[in-house]
Amino acid sequence: MDPRRPPRTVIDPKVRQVGFFAAPEPIASSPPVSDISPSGNSLSPVMIPPPRHSSDAARPVLFSPVPPASPGRRDSLAPSDLFPASSPTASSPCADAECAFSPGRPLRSNSVRPAAAVTMSSSLPGRGFDLTAAVTASSVPATGLMKIPSGFSVKNAGKARNASVEVENEQGSNSKPLKEKTTKAERRAIQEAQRAAKAAAKGEGKAASVVSAAASASVNVKPHKATKAPTVAASEKKGGGGERPVEKERKKEVPPPRMQYDDTSRVEKAKRRSVVKQTEARNRVELFRHLPQYEHGTQLPDLESRFFQLDPVHPAVYKVGLQYLTGDISGGNARCVAMLQAFQEAIKDYSTPPEKNLSRDLTAKMSSYVSFLIECRPLSISMGNAFRFLKSRIAKLPLTLLESEAKASLQSDIEQFITEKIILADKVIVRHAVTKIRDGDVLLTYGSSTAVEMLLLHAHELGKQFRVVVVDSRPKLEGQRLLRRLVGKGISCTYTHINATSYIMHEVTRVFLGASSVLSNGAVYSRVGTASVAMVAHAFRVPVLVCCEAYKFHERVQLDSICSNELGDPDVISKVPGMEEINCLNNQANCGNLQPLNLIYDALPSDYVSMIITDYGMVPPTSVPVIVREYRREQLWM
Amino acid sequence: MDFQVVVLAGGTSKKLVPLVSKEVPKALLPVANRPVISYVLELLELSNLKDIIVAVEGKEAYDCVEHWIVEAYIDRLRIQVERVPDDVGTAGALRAVAHLLTAKDILVVSGDIVSDVSPGAVAAAHRRHDAVVTTMLCSAPVSGPSDSGSSVTKDKAKKPGHYNRIGLDPTKQFLLYIATGAELEKDMRIQKNILCAVGQMEIRSDLMDAHLYAFKRSVLQEVLNQKDKFQSLKQDVLPYLVRTQLASEVVLNGVPQPEENGNEKASYQNNQEMLSQILANSSTSSFHELHALGPKCSLPVRRTHKCCVYIASNSKYCMRLNSIQAFNDINRDVIGDASHLSGYSFSAHNNIIHPSAELGSKTTVGPHCMLGEASIMGDKCSVKRSVIGRHCRIGSNVKVVNSVVMNHVTIADGCTIQNSVVCSNVQLQDRVVLKDCQVGANFVVTTGSECKGEALAKKEK
Repeated sequence: MDPRRPPRTVIDPKVRQVGFFAAPEPIASSPPVSDISPSGNSLSPVMIPPPRHSSDAARPVLFSPVPPASPGRRDSLAPSDLFPASSPTASSPCADAECAFSPGRPLRSNSVRPAAAVTMSSSLPGRGFDLTAAVTASSVPATGLMKIPSGFSVKNAGKARNASVEVENEQGSNSKPLKEKTTKAERRAIQEAQRAAKAAAKGEGKAASVVSAAASASVNVKPHKATKAPTVAASEKKGGGGERPVEKERKKEVPPPRMQYDDTSRVEKAKRRSVVKQTEARNRVELFRHLPQYEHGTQLPDLESRFFQLDPVHPAVYKVGLQYLTGDISGGNARCVAMLQAFQEAIKDYSTPPEKNLSRDLTAKMSSYVSFLIECRPLSISMGNAFRFLKSRIAKLPLTLLESEAKASLQSDIEQFITEKIILADKVIVRHAVTKIRDGDVLLTYGSSTAVEMLLLHAHELGKQFRVVVVDSRPKLEGQRLLRRLVGKGISCTYTHINATSYIMHEVTRVFLGASSVLSNGAVYSRVGTASVAMVAHAFRVPVLVCCEAYKFHERVQLDSICSNELGDPDVISKVPGMEEINCLNNQANCGNLQPLNLIYDALPSDYVSMIITDYGMVPPTSVPVIVREYRREQLWM
Repeated sequence: MDFQVVVLAGGTSKKLVPLVSKEVPKALLPVANRPVISYVLELLELSNLKDIIVAVEGKEAYDCVEHWIVEAYIDRLRIQVERVPDDVGTAGALRAVAHLLTAKDILVVSGDIVSDVSPGAVAAAHRRHDAVVTTMLCSAPVSGPSDSGSSVTKDKAKKPGHYNRIGLDPTKQFLLYIATGAELEKDMRIQKNILCAVGQMEIRSDLMDAHLYAFKRSVLQEVLNQKDKFQSLKQDVLPYLVRTQLASEVVLNGVPQPEENGNEKASYQNNQEMLSQILANSSTSSFHELHALGPKCSLPVRRTHKCCVYIASNSKYCMRLNSIQAFNDINRDVIGDASHLSGYSFSAHNNIIHPSAELGSKTTVGPHCMLGEASIMGDKCSVKRSVIGRHCRIGSNVKVVNSVVMNHVTIADGCTIQNSVVCSNVQLQDRVVLKDCQVGANFVVTTGSECKGEALAKKEK
């Protein structure tokens, strides 16, 4: 895959997709559709299909020989193309596509869906991905009410795979009324399915394609006749039989909505439960009220003074919590390792109370530790993943195991997790990434990332000649620590603040970034400022490589930095230690119309990421969901 | 939380001589009619620390203290009273009880602290930095009572040696230098390497070591074993640890640090190394780690340990009963400014008069006063800012100002007691005038005597 994709011009469709249920028109078929559908009234994303047009029946024929989409076509991904459904197309491919991806929903109208799954999969997630996937329809889905096998071949960036899916027209579903609204969970499931399907189509192995096909196979679209590839046959089986369970399972996985901190009653409830006494900050930015924000400086003394009263919290966990709270430990890997090591200690000292089950009691105990840690500082996604792993390990302990054996096995599991998912993963990442460093390169990095640091040191050990630009930002100034270590090793460095990024970017040849997490839509969730660095790099056509261990991947989808973020102490951005003369905001801290905001993270859209370097290799951001889906069961959660 | 508590209750302090005696060791001196050690024990109880070792010096003191503790706390706390040899100092006392210590960290509390600073805060700071020793500092007491300036004239001329010089790093978390009263000279010696590593040191003289330490047990025991000349925690052990913090001679965590010759376990050790590096790189490193890394950022070459401080906020109360002046001050504060410590509920007049106490006509007991159980006062008496113990008989026309009168004291008519301490079973005959005096137990002050600034006590036979 080419890391330096030509810049994409269209960004909007992704946003449009959120929360609504409207399937964009498969790209491959876009030219005729865009011609036909009156784009003027087609923008509303949620819509009831208008009554069918008489002309409908003929319409699909128009698609028949769909020409391979040219790369230039990507620009035509405008909403008008994506939502042609407002045109009288109840039976149009679009409507079907929608159904195809909402397996749980009743059909809104009948129709022929020519390989909806496949086309959608290549087009839906839409961005950050070379949509050069040329979809050629070898045979054409003909008319609405007839059952016509259609062969569809999807070609993807060199890897061609043919999938022919015959679409069955289901008359029965015609009669079903349109379900008014999908639940959030459903919508999420749909979106995930789409994304997964697309990523799979993109170029993973065959297995991936099978699964994706199965996942995307819908109730009404039954690929039943495998015309060409065995993959389709497999997908048929899966699609027919195992689809419901898959759907259910997925629903189960959807996490409950997180606590919204602007919901007063819930906040009150949570407060009563909490171990750490927290005072909520007064002046909060309206847009971020849903995030927890506490008066900094009130938590620590309280937690300290009740050191001996917190009986249920293991000392090691307490210590780690304290270090999170004071900021002594920060950074995704370090926090995760510290947490796991504390849990190891806690498990070592654990003994099952009489008449209790080890796995249940230990799970409850661990959960209480985690909620304590969350009160100290919100858990990062990587830590959440690690804790899920631990919980699943506890749950899967055989009942016959002695307590000591169970504890030993859990401890070694944790050890193994740390070794494999963090240390070895970092080593693999370094090995992959170092191939991207050439002599004479100027590498830019932002903040302080363990993986990037190891990469730079390793490249230096290999004798590569390169220069490093460390970009840093207030208030944490984490880059200084990195800088200190790099300079100590004799690497030539430039240190600058983020204000000067656009200046320094001229000379940079590669940008290496760390990440707190990579989400399913390819968005990179990282230290605030990362996004702007990557965007500047993108504007200068400098490749942006993100180094992120796979255990930090998450199936969540996040489009902006607002819905989920963390708020830090707002005081530290307005106060500069040691420079009293410029601290003119001091006495305005409680001023009513001043709302300081200190965001900790931001989400970098996948458009700006050339490549994600992970322990499974170098992948485009669109392949993240594949890794999440494929490796989660087998490896990450074991 | 894996902490053990040792309360050093001491024996009979020489500094408090007319007040303490064989019957009343230092730990049992009454503060607002309660032994001073009960303040410490209750502070610990409040922090949920119920397993306590109390070390007492001397046989008589041991008997008294044990008797009292068993009686008072038998059902609430698990207190183990240990007798340590006389005159071994605080370090010696710890040496004597070392065999009882098993926990990872030890909290050492002096038995004469009257404070409301939670020991948990010290322990938390200790744990957070994984320190070898953490000491609590509080603001040094202003000499003399804060609001009645006239009362103290003599004791105001405190020896400068009572002050500490304490060096802190800019974040006020680490202890870089400590010198206490006795060894205080005009010039101070500060380790160059410490100063180089930190870059900036803040030297304070307004802070006082509150004698509440958290020690790492392994280190404490090692130091006590190796340096058998060390007598005092404050003057020997603590300065030693502070001095050597960048050239550590103690073995951290009970295990020697891994040598660089791992062969068969090389890969495992390599992983551990990386792990610790990940942790170290992402955490804010104190100057200790930076120093340990050396200028080249290579593997840690120098061994260091951390000495932390916890500075109690100014709103907290913290005093040590280590002088007669302090005894007066604490008594006054406990029924006055820091009244929440006393555990009594105050009346509307801001004083405590036991229901069984009897007052004559026209007798006034002012605010910030305490009158113990079954005490009888005659007519026209006046009590201001004073503590009067149990079963005292006070005649008419007696003035008690700013004083402490202990139990079973008989005061005849017309006496004036100002700024003094009258111990138990003392008889003051008619028209005695005491000013700035301490009257030892069982003493009889004869009729009409006027004393000023004297310590009156029976000769020991």
